[in-house]
Amino acid sequence: MGSLQLKSIRKAFGDHEVLKGIDLEVKDGEFVIFVGPSGCGKSTLLRVIAGLEDATSGSVQIDGAEVINTPPAKRGIAMVFQSYALYPHLTVKDNMALGLKQAGTDKGEIETRVTKASAMLSLDPYLARRPAELSGGQRQRVAIGRAIVREPKLFLFDEPLSNLDAALRVQTRLEIAGLHRRLKATMIYVTHDQVEAMTLADKIVVMNAGAVEQVGSPMELYNKPANLFVAGFIGSPQMNLISVERLPELARAGIKTIGIRPEHIALSRESGEWRGKVIHVEHLGADTILYLETEVTGLLTVRLFGEHRYDADDIVFATPDKAFMHRFDASDRAMA
Amino acid sequence: MSNRARMSPVRTGLVHLALAAYTVIALFPVFLTVINSFKDRNAIFRSPLQVPLPSTFSLIGYKTVLGQADFLHYFQNSFVVTIASIVLVLLFGAMAAFALSEYRFRGNALMGLYMAIGIMIPIRLGTVAILQGMVETGLVNTLTALVLVYTAQGIPLAIFILSEFMRGVSDDLKNAGRIDGLSEYAIFFRLVLPLVRPAMATVAVFTMIPIWNDLWFPLILAPSEATKTVTLGSQIFIGQFVTNWNAVLAALSLAILPILVLYVIFARQLIRGITAGAVK
Repeated sequence: MGSLQLKSIRKAFGDHEVLKGIDLEVKDGEFVIFVGPSGCGKSTLLRVIAGLEDATSGSVQIDGAEVINTPPAKRGIAMVFQSYALYPHLTVKDNMALGLKQAGTDKGEIETRVTKASAMLSLDPYLARRPAELSGGQRQRVAIGRAIVREPKLFLFDEPLSNLDAALRVQTRLEIAGLHRRLKATMIYVTHDQVEAMTLADKIVVMNAGAVEQVGSPMELYNKPANLFVAGFIGSPQMNLISVERLPELARAGIKTIGIRPEHIALSRESGEWRGKVIHVEHLGADTILYLETEVTGLLTVRLFGEHRYDADDIVFATPDKAFMHRFDASDRAMA
Repeated sequence: MSNRARMSPVRTGLVHLALAAYTVIALFPVFLTVINSFKDRNAIFRSPLQVPLPSTFSLIGYKTVLGQADFLHYFQNSFVVTIASIVLVLLFGAMAAFALSEYRFRGNALMGLYMAIGIMIPIRLGTVAILQGMVETGLVNTLTALVLVYTAQGIPLAIFILSEFMRGVSDDLKNAGRIDGLSEYAIFFRLVLPLVRPAMATVAVFTMIPIWNDLWFPLILAPSEATKTVTLGSQIFIGQFVTNWNAVLAALSLAILPILVLYVIFARQLIRGITAGAVK
């Protein structure tokens, strides 16, 4: 149990439409991530699912039951917030237990569930502390614990890692992935960080300006972006999007833009398709990232695996791997 | 002093000098009132700036005031009116502020503005109408009349200050409460109020002082012996021809004490509110 169905969800604040008819199906046990630039409506959509915002129109079904008029506490959901949102005056234990107490759960049952969750998240030493006495990572674990004890049909995460530092973010990401495997629960997760999306999701929903651009598994989105927006959004460093102005043979085929990922370009000092000058080199150890200025494509990012000796102002030749080239038409849609 | 490195000693010294000068100016009248309340009548007039000496020391003012059997009763009246008004102002002010800051409804901004107008227009302009109303409802010469008027007087500022602070309370926290099944009342009383406690203390102090010091409404609405407040009660020592200065000064000095106690209580709340762990 724990499926979700959204049908033409619309949300407007006054004249401003934030969600323009969202349809989505989430199967039981799936880990679905909403990703998109800030202001694309992903958080609003999550709030509509949680019942914290009313949709202007549309339907939300959890396990086949319409919940659009059900208050958040009765929807069988739990939510983890970016700012943790722990109750400052309650101990860790009471923070986790409050929701169950409100629902009138029996005391022994509350005790068992809190003990289980705290063991799962190694929170045992902190149960008697207040949130102010915990570090950021610990607070976020408490917030996740508070969600687990409710044993919800749906877990909702609203950018839960944004306030953590880089090292802790990776660690917490692993914990959330582990949690999903163990609980086999349905999770919906909002983030603007496409790395989080790629690493955690079974299914990614790319949103832009209040509409869904594409839904698919991480590799589907990476290999077959449906349009220019998804192509540019998924993948880091970004895909090179090249206007065909100086590539007349492609323009004649009705192509407006071609896309080629930085890792799908070969580099040579002697010969190749596009001649250019190196502007800047980033040595990351595992990768070397080069920024070239070529006559045909303008700025071009190239990613080479391993260490390579290139310097700024070197003249090089770049050759795209045609098999991995993406072609987009005048309406920015991917061409077969 | 986190910015000590950026402040030269000369500048620090000048700042402290200015602050000290202001403190002296502000406290001087209070100081004068208190020292003179401990002197005999001749000494008050002959050398008003001198501290009480063994030769001029006298408790005659305090004896007169406390001998006046009703005076403790006046204190009690002032206390009841002030406390009741603060409680009502904080309760209703905070509730209205929560509604204005938390819920989107038609006319929200207009309502906020309407409330704010109350800060700009003095309630005394409506004295005649208020008196008529009190007479009609039979509330003249009751403490209830004073409490009602002071509550109305204090609420606009309370809403103004508290709604600003409540906008600053994390939405996530309130939403977490909603998901955990807390009612809107529980969210207000258990999550939001504790977090805006410093602002509540500020409002309480700003509300309390004008109420305690007010002479106007007690004189007009509740001048009877049973309902006199301290400020009104002190007036019996001020006559058209003879004024008992010892008693007046002693009464005023005594009137400082209760308000000082209240202030200390609220100030402690203020500090506790600041040090309590917030959301992040």
